[in-house]
Amino acid sequence: MSIFEYNGSAVVAMVGKNCFAIASDRRLGVNLQTIATDFQRIFKIHDKLYIGLSGLATDVQTLYQRLVFRHKLYQLREERDMKPQTFASLVSAVLYEKRFGPYFCMPVIAGLGEDDVPFICTMDCIGAKELAKDFVVSGTASESLYGACESMYKPNMEPEELFETISQALLSSVDRDCLSGWGGHVLLVTPTEVQERTLKSRMD
Amino acid sequence: MECVFGLVGDGFALVAADTSAVHSILVHKSNEDKVMILDSHKLLGASGEAGDRVQFTEYIQKNVHLYEFRNGIPLATAAAANFTRGELALALRKNPYSVNILLAGYDKDVGASLYYIDYIATLHKVDKGAFGYGSYFALSMMDRHYHSGMSLEEAVDLVDKCIIEIRSRLVVAPPNFVIKIVDKDGAREYAWRESIKDAGVSAA
Repeated sequence: MSIFEYNGSAVVAMVGKNCFAIASDRRLGVNLQTIATDFQRIFKIHDKLYIGLSGLATDVQTLYQRLVFRHKLYQLREERDMKPQTFASLVSAVLYEKRFGPYFCMPVIAGLGEDDVPFICTMDCIGAKELAKDFVVSGTASESLYGACESMYKPNMEPEELFETISQALLSSVDRDCLSGWGGHVLLVTPTEVQERTLKSRMD
Repeated sequence: MECVFGLVGDGFALVAADTSAVHSILVHKSNEDKVMILDSHKLLGASGEAGDRVQFTEYIQKNVHLYEFRNGIPLATAAAANFTRGELALALRKNPYSVNILLAGYDKDVGASLYYIDYIATLHKVDKGAFGYGSYFALSMMDRHYHSGMSLEEAVDLVDKCIIEIRSRLVVAPPNFVIKIVDKDGAREYAWRESIKDAGVSAA
């Protein structure tokens, strides 16, 4: 069994009209056993930048701590928040540093850049960036997520519709993956507010 | 096979562990205490390779004490859990410890809490947790009977149910268990559950 499938995870981010949504499942497992159903995979870097980390849970936690540390230093030096594009390059560099002994994590980065233009990207475990204009996915349910997002996604969705779409895409994908699921966690970010919601789903 | 499990009740947390020290087919002793009293209000139940278990838990205990001596106040449970995870994570890619840990503690402001720390440094705050082959039985029993805010009698009753299940259903079931409790009055041993007492050395 692959090390990426040890804990089980699913993360997805989608772009809407002047907003973005990022969602993840909530299961923490150890192979076939479920340990917890409230595990946090999406982390806030600053008000308009979020990172979702899928893959091995210990590396998710270590990588998050390292990235928050780097961002806080940046804030002290530059006296402002990092732009999403800059943060994506930072994550890519941090991951490539460990090229021959990598963190087993696939990050999904979502943020509102200059003029509140939504930005999303994903990368593999050694930092190969993949920018997208519509949606990005990661985790054990990634193949299902690709299919669900491709069929459900429309450009320029309003926040409410975007929330519905990303929730349905996440739930239908994790239902086909035994290693992820047990609820969903969705964050919808617009220039003025952040809505955080927990989804009830098939608990199995 | 080694087994540690624990749960959080109303103003207290319980950690139970088996007490057999085993090497391959040989049982060295059946009254080995695997739940360490970390400080006045913390318990550390550990399972894993014998040398790593003792060495790592003593290392954590001494560092927790050092913090209290240096700073005049004890570490909070969450801080101790994060410190433990940090040490495991640091060692993970150099010289990994094979120790699974359940850290229970009582803080005046937060109340009782239980932390699940994997051998690969996955940290999660839980209401109930278990490690080892016995976890398959203990977690299922706790899923069925656990509810938040259990009284001490109910919780010990549940622990006994788990022990009975482990003894009857696990092929190489450990015969004896120790139960320790931590609440506002501190961390202490609560009871032993012995079905085999260590025989004294008979005269030659």
